Amino acid sequence: MSKLNKLMLAVAAMCGSGAAFAAGGAVADEFKWMTFAVFGAIIAVTMAITYWAARTTHTTSEFYAAGRSVSGIQNGWAIAGDYLSAASFLGIAGLISLYGYDGFMYSVGWLVAYITVLLVIAEPCRNIGKYTMGDILAFRNDPKKTKTVAALSTITVSTFYLTAQMVGGGVLIKTLIGIDYETSIIGVGILMLAYVVFGGMKATTWVQITKAVLLVIASLILVFMVWSPYGFSLPAYLQAVVGDEKIVAQVAKLLGDKATTMTPEELGQRFLEPGLFLKSPIDQISLGLALVLGTAGMPHILMRFFTVPTAQAARTSVIWAMAIIGGFYVLTLFLGTGAAMLVGPAKIASIDAGGNMAGPLLAQFLGGGEQSYLGNFMLAFVAAVAFATIVAVVAGLVLAAASAMAHDIYVGVIRGDHATPKEQVVAARVASVIVGIIAITVGILAKGQNVAHLVALAFAVAASANLPAVFLTLYWKKCNTYGVMAGMVVGTLTAIGLVMISPNMTYPKAVLASANKVLNGEPAVPAKEAQPAVERSSFMCELFAMDGCVLAKPAQPASAEKPAKPGAADKLAGLNAKLQPLEASLPTITDAAAKTAAEADITKLKKDITATEKAKAKAEADLKTFEGQTTSIMGLEKPFFLLKNPGLISIPLGFLMVILFSLFTRDKRSEEMWDELYVRQNTGINAEAATAH
Amino acid sequence: MSNPNINWAAIDSNPKFQALHRKKIFFLWGLMVFSLIFYFLLPIGAAYYQDLFKTKVWGVVNFGILFALSEFVVAWLIAFVYSKKANAQFDAMSQEIINDVNKGKI
Repeated sequence: MSKLNKLMLAVAAMCGSGAAFAAGGAVADEFKWMTFAVFGAIIAVTMAITYWAARTTHTTSEFYAAGRSVSGIQNGWAIAGDYLSAASFLGIAGLISLYGYDGFMYSVGWLVAYITVLLVIAEPCRNIGKYTMGDILAFRNDPKKTKTVAALSTITVSTFYLTAQMVGGGVLIKTLIGIDYETSIIGVGILMLAYVVFGGMKATTWVQITKAVLLVIASLILVFMVWSPYGFSLPAYLQAVVGDEKIVAQVAKLLGDKATTMTPEELGQRFLEPGLFLKSPIDQISLGLALVLGTAGMPHILMRFFTVPTAQAARTSVIWAMAIIGGFYVLTLFLGTGAAMLVGPAKIASIDAGGNMAGPLLAQFLGGGEQSYLGNFMLAFVAAVAFATIVAVVAGLVLAAASAMAHDIYVGVIRGDHATPKEQVVAARVASVIVGIIAITVGILAKGQNVAHLVALAFAVAASANLPAVFLTLYWKKCNTYGVMAGMVVGTLTAIGLVMISPNMTYPKAVLASANKVLNGEPAVPAKEAQPAVERSSFMCELFAMDGCVLAKPAQPASAEKPAKPGAADKLAGLNAKLQPLEASLPTITDAAAKTAAEADITKLKKDITATEKAKAKAEADLKTFEGQTTSIMGLEKPFFLLKNPGLISIPLGFLMVILFSLFTRDKRSEEMWDELYVRQNTGINAEAATAH
Repeated sequence: MSNPNINWAAIDSNPKFQALHRKKIFFLWGLMVFSLIFYFLLPIGAAYYQDLFKTKVWGVVNFGILFALSEFVVAWLIAFVYSKKANAQFDAMSQEIINDVNKGKI
């Protein structure tokens, strides 16, 4: 045990020394010590949990399933913890702060997803399964074949989700406190490995619970502070939101030309109306389908149902998870609009374009602002919770991928289920280290890449491959090995393939064109007459870019002539020409009011110059990176598949493949085991029991 | 591990198990289909019924906000209704089957 102790101390020390290199970030230098203190305290708590959990983690069931001793309520908090990852916790608050209603609408699908989990997945999985999704499929299908396919799919989904979390985490820590990207990734990786390798599922679960409780408390405090000045009245609060001039300015910016004919009241109200962010309803339905069906196929969520003692406890845990997750998203409405009103969308976007800093910045503002102790303490607290979130979610994903590797592939397929208990635990720990190292490597390699679409892709693969296989195995008598294999392979490949040719990829031609626009300016656009609405030629044209397709366009009002825009170099010269005489004249101004006005002008000009220089540098870098390239890595000049999320096509295809292959092939075992599977999934007879301590 | 003495086919064809199976399938499918339809009304409504979604009903609070909030309430209601039914009825029915199996009646 002392060895364990030393290792943990070493981990803590490494995280501490990494922190010492910090510079830059959202927190001012003189308050950094406070951030590190809060981070240190949270890391210390999680280490204590791991130490405690490690003492009771010896057998396979303890390592993968916490000895099936987690209560329903505890598991509910842990599921909520797994789900309120940085993407949904920081991301949705950010979307609401920048785009209002659409951000809130986006959050709904994440909760509705749990209805599928509750009604069709949680209890049967607890009654049938042991440690992994592969166990559920192998119950009546050919064990070696289905375990191999299930493990590959689990590792694929986990890797996509993991990469998004790692990159998001690295960027978040850098933005908040200025620790290097690489150091952050290694820190996250080592901490997470400490939880998983020593404490297994028990440590991972309790770290999730701790984090989820802290997250909910922090959000409740912030919402209380935001909402209480309005006497907790929804209309009064939203009245203040729509009347705020920062929000009016944001809506005007989003709407562009259309905003010129609207009054400030209309612009403010527009923030509470749909359509500022989500433009394509078909894409939204596709994403909604992936969320609602994908959550139930997420390996790290499925795995949680093996940690409770009974199917009834699995049911209780989903109910609690739904209460916590739903309640949290309702709070997010206030966090997002509060951040927009108090901090301002422009400032939020200036620190992180995706709005991820909305929550932390709101905390800083409510505590008293950038220069106050309380403000920086609250920022540090929210940031530390966000950090714990990433580490804990990554730990859950690594555990899921490692269990697929060790339990399904090594023990199930290679050793034919004949490994000794000791071998199994060693295999599980070794697999965790392998997956952990892969996660750190991928995280560092993916630096600077746009990985936001990987979360959506992970859900799409889970919905297209895992859910049809698990669902039909549990509920359809005729389902068999070949159907499951065909469905999982085709579902995974279709989802990935469609994303590769979708607008998510980088298309050099478009990048080069926009870079050239920035550098060389745009020519004047002549005045246009009003255009009537155009109807699309067919539904398929909304999905694929085919020859002869006419896309739907709403009617356009007549527009006035737009003047030419100067290139970056000309714009900079113009700004500097304005700045110099102002600066020169500043010492000569004696009138105090005039002087303040001149100083404000100078600050604004300097800000514009910095922004233009930044845009110019980015455009030049883009030109250099994509010089001479005309096609994406798939050899396309522009996207062929037009939706960002492939679910609308890949999910029905996954189901269809399972059904067709099951109907046209025969598998004796799948037929013989049906009675046992169906009786057991409904009654829980012979379900894996909890280990007694 | 799996008990070779249990006759799974016999349990499956037992009237008590068949009753549980029918009740569950009917109830679960009903809730599932309802929840999916209700969920997809939100993106469809926001895209194609903008005038309705923009109608102010409570101060500046418009129909769209109330509808999005109602999605949360309905999700919670479905969870509540299901757990009530499962705790009160499904669990008792399956416990009865388990008892019969243990007593060797099936």
